[in-house]
Amino acid sequence: MTETKITEEKAMPEAGPVEPAGEFAAQKPNGAAARKVVDRVTEFGEETVGEVRCENPFVISENVNVYYGDNHAIRDVTLEIGRSEVIALIGPSGCGKSTYLRCLNRMNDSIESARVTGTITLDGRDIYSSDLDPVALRARVGMVFQKPNPFPKSIYDNVAYGPRIHGLAADRAELDDIVHTSLDRAGLLKEVKDRMDEPGTGLSGGQQQRLCIARTIAVNPEVILMDEPCSALDPIATARIEDLIDELSEDYTIVIVTHSMQQAARVSRRVAYFHLGRLVEVDETDKIFTNPQHKLTEDYITGRIG
Amino acid sequence: MRASRKNSREIVEAGLARRRRKEAAFRASGMLATAVGVIFLGVFFATLVMQGASAFKQTFIKLDVEMSASVLAPDGKLDLAYADFDGLVRNALRKEFPDVSGRSERRELYRLVSIAAGYQLRDMVAADPSLLGSTSTIWVPASSNVDMLIKGNIDPEIDESLRPINDAQVAWVESLQENDRLETRFNTALFTNGDSREPELAGIRGALMGSFYMLIVTVALAFPIGVAAAIYLEEFAPRSRWSDLIEVNINNLAAVPSIVFGLLGLAVFINWMALPRSAPLVGGLVLSLLTLPVIIIASRAAIQSVPPSIREAALGLGASKMQVVFHHVMPLALPGMLTGTIIGMSRALGESAPLLMIGMVAFIVDVPGGFTDPATALPVQVYLWADSPERAFAERTSAAIIVLLGFLLIMNLAAVIIRKRMERKW
Amino acid sequence: MQNLTLILVLAAMAGGAFYMGRRRSFAVVGGPAHSAQLHSLPGYYGYFTLIWCLLPALGLFLLWVLLEPKVIVALIVESLPDAQRTMSAGELNLLVNNIQNLAAGDAISGEIDTVMRDAADRFNEYVAASRQMLAMLTLGLAGLGGAIALRRIRPEFRARNRVEQVVLYLLIAASSIAILTTIGIVLSVLFEAIRFFREVSVTEFLFGLTWSPQTAIRADQVGSSGSFGAVPLFAGTLLITAIAMVVAVPVGLMTAIYLAEYSSSRIRAVAKPLLELLAGIPTVVYGFFAALTVAPWVRTAGESIGLQVASESALAAGLVMGIMIIPLVSSLSDDAIHAVPTAMRDGALGLGSTRSETMIKVILPAALPGIVGGILLAVSRAIGETMIVVMAAGLAANLTANPFEAVTTVTVQIVTLLVGDQEFDSAKTLAAFALGLMLFVVTLCLNVLGLTFVRKYREQYE
Repeated sequence: MTETKITEEKAMPEAGPVEPAGEFAAQKPNGAAARKVVDRVTEFGEETVGEVRCENPFVISENVNVYYGDNHAIRDVTLEIGRSEVIALIGPSGCGKSTYLRCLNRMNDSIESARVTGTITLDGRDIYSSDLDPVALRARVGMVFQKPNPFPKSIYDNVAYGPRIHGLAADRAELDDIVHTSLDRAGLLKEVKDRMDEPGTGLSGGQQQRLCIARTIAVNPEVILMDEPCSALDPIATARIEDLIDELSEDYTIVIVTHSMQQAARVSRRVAYFHLGRLVEVDETDKIFTNPQHKLTEDYITGRIG
Repeated sequence: MRASRKNSREIVEAGLARRRRKEAAFRASGMLATAVGVIFLGVFFATLVMQGASAFKQTFIKLDVEMSASVLAPDGKLDLAYADFDGLVRNALRKEFPDVSGRSERRELYRLVSIAAGYQLRDMVAADPSLLGSTSTIWVPASSNVDMLIKGNIDPEIDESLRPINDAQVAWVESLQENDRLETRFNTALFTNGDSREPELAGIRGALMGSFYMLIVTVALAFPIGVAAAIYLEEFAPRSRWSDLIEVNINNLAAVPSIVFGLLGLAVFINWMALPRSAPLVGGLVLSLLTLPVIIIASRAAIQSVPPSIREAALGLGASKMQVVFHHVMPLALPGMLTGTIIGMSRALGESAPLLMIGMVAFIVDVPGGFTDPATALPVQVYLWADSPERAFAERTSAAIIVLLGFLLIMNLAAVIIRKRMERKW
Repeated sequence: MQNLTLILVLAAMAGGAFYMGRRRSFAVVGGPAHSAQLHSLPGYYGYFTLIWCLLPALGLFLLWVLLEPKVIVALIVESLPDAQRTMSAGELNLLVNNIQNLAAGDAISGEIDTVMRDAADRFNEYVAASRQMLAMLTLGLAGLGGAIALRRIRPEFRARNRVEQVVLYLLIAASSIAILTTIGIVLSVLFEAIRFFREVSVTEFLFGLTWSPQTAIRADQVGSSGSFGAVPLFAGTLLITAIAMVVAVPVGLMTAIYLAEYSSSRIRAVAKPLLELLAGIPTVVYGFFAALTVAPWVRTAGESIGLQVASESALAAGLVMGIMIIPLVSSLSDDAIHAVPTAMRDGALGLGSTRSETMIKVILPAALPGIVGGILLAVSRAIGETMIVVMAAGLAANLTANPFEAVTTVTVQIVTLLVGDQEFDSAKTLAAFALGLMLFVVTLCLNVLGLTFVRKYREQYE
């Protein structure tokens, strides 16, 4: 997926200012000067508008850049994500939001040409430091993908997969317990408890995605990354997943990439708008949707950029 | 929840070292496996070159031969077919080593020179009868044992009884070397002669020509038929059980052991159609059946890669289906078809098992001059020589293999170049 | 050479037919300027004439050339005196061969008597007559066909449709050659095998424990009846195949995994072509290497640790065969691994699996049908492999599972039985076809099964 997005980005015209800086300056509220970092919109619009800092930050990115070979996919992203916060990453396709998401659990590592600069810390530890194993990181930062991707195994084995590889369960009873709890939390237990031995691929799309969520929470992560988790689902299944995200937000920090602004509005507390590899604006969800500061954000949420 | 999280983090951290070790072991075994193939290839080529390179050289001995009329034409008449040219060589050798006496010792001496020397003299006299009576200094090929000694393939230090060349002969060779009467040159006989019982006379020309004629038959049959079959299956065949059957059948034929094709050739072409045994024609027929699936599969893939938009555009202009295929699809798919054909041909060139079945394994001295002359093929020549016990044949086997691999490499490079040059990106 | 001349004349006539057909099409509409009145492009009228001129003549030519030797031999035999005609089939065969050689002017074995001399002269007469008739008939037919075609050319004549119809038939014919080949294989091995099973019972062949096909020339000789129990051959084939698989499957699979998952693209760019090179080496070359390098090496290595190793051990042949099959296993495994969607891999990595855990616990199980299919194809390849075993495995039909002993295989025996001069209908020769039938049936099953696995698996993820 990531690779196709890169090509899309390549095909796009080089990023440039859509509007002269004067207009931004005029729109800028006075209170902005008091904010920590972003108090100035340059001619090129390179600084992030809004509030990149938050209370009780858990995942902190500072000046993150991602390169795929010569292609500069993410430019200078600084963002704090709070504990037990749901933050939505939005933006037109190819804007780098998925790439950024995959930086947070080092899924970009497996792409040979990918290079990440800047720092990302999780609970104060640099996740790109050499003494941190991505395996341990991913146990703490789980991920749910765009297309439901249950393994070609039974429902039980799908959920038990993570606990098994990490050795989280001491015995079979404990494993059973983890599987049941996880399925329950994902709201799937009732539907599948009589057919735990059937293949996970036999479930409906929405059920498959909830199975993947159950599979993720079975590892007991602290952060869950969701890469457009509902884009392959019908509206009813989407609604169930959104409810689920809402419930999970009590215990987990959730970063969700979405195409749908309605979805972002429904599930998230904060929203980050990405454009051509830049983080353009971050703020409380209400603020972004009612009173965007940046012209690009406004264009996007009013549908002028698709 | 929080407490159990800390707990699971500890468990994960605790297991990491063990899992990293497993990971490293898995990775190392993968690297090892890849190395096995590559190392084998290296050892293989090194052995081959070490054994075979010397076969491209041949040792020659300089002799002063007196074309004495008394030996060649004792009764005053010169009959080239019966004249004792070998006697001239023997005389020359005796003159070179005057102190060798005794029948058996002299016989040992004569063995230094290849029997080819006599033929060489005959050809000289045949070309220029005025040589009769004169003395000329000529280079004649040494016998294979001398050749092996010079190339270091026979160790003169080991016990005399263990080597095919005795101490006296070694001494003579050394004396020849001291008198500058011995040198190694490029072995042209390897490329100009047919097979022979004498290693120093044996060449691959017969086998090369046999392979050449066979490949001509193969390409003339397999390419048009393969392309036609691929066109029919891709463009015209209705999707039915019949076309499914053909499909399965072609895929399966591609995996049928080649020796079974040999049985087919023996039963159908030789016993039933009474075509001649050992003929390149029959070999070519068998090989074309063998390569047909390869060509069909490659051609179908090439046709599939032509985008449907081209067909639709041409159909939209009112071209018939047949015109679309022959005017638009075929030219675009041709590079792929050619590549597939060359790959098929290189497979045919390396194939030997089915040829054993149809009698192309005979000892044939003459270079074949046509499609029905008895012939052998390059890989079969390798098989035949590999069976010979003489050390000199092992060397020539390696040389024949080097030539064979050279041809295969050229063909495959050609395929790659065609693919690179004519490839289109859609 | 005479046939070549005929073909050339025929080709020239075909060219002429094309030209005349095209001209005729202009003529019927009154010149090239009016060619729009024609139903088809003028060239199609040319092709139409060409087809009519060439195809029937060519068909006749091929049929004639194919049947000519048989007919002439039959005529010669018919004309021989009774004394010779009543000879046994073998003797008669020899006589006919001698007559043919005599006719061709070659040296022959045995006495030349007047009967043979006469027959040889007659043979030459018949051949000459046949050639004349062939030339006349073929060229006549070509002319006739062309003339008929020319007469049919009218402005409204649908030349293109006719030509395309013929081309379509030719395409169909070409594609059915593949089917004909299979039928040919089945029939040729089946018929000879049935003849073999008339002399040797199927049960003895399939379950007999002794293989010694040497039949004596005279019936009263000692040990005259060969014994055709093929179990030692099957066992030998299986032993060598097993050794080859023990080498090829782990090495090939791990190579595919390493290149797909771990290696940098630079290593991949070097290793993949090298492996393809390994796949392109002719089997006879592997055989040479097995017999002259690996076998002595295995022997020395075995003896240095105190093992009795035969000079043509199953191990040497199996090892080299395994190496030969590595590229096949690795490329089919590579296909299977790459067919598993990356989403699976991402899912496993995202849960914190190491790469090896991802591979072993998720990707390989998902790719298993494809890999198994590939292994079946590799087994079929090993069973049918001939040159390596002919050169490096033995001839002695030992019933053993010891890889250091010499064993023989089905393919080795087929080659041994059929190479060299022997009568075509002795049990010994026919046994080769029975073995061929076994070989074909077994590899066919493995291939069909393997291909089905591979294809089903590919469809599953498409």
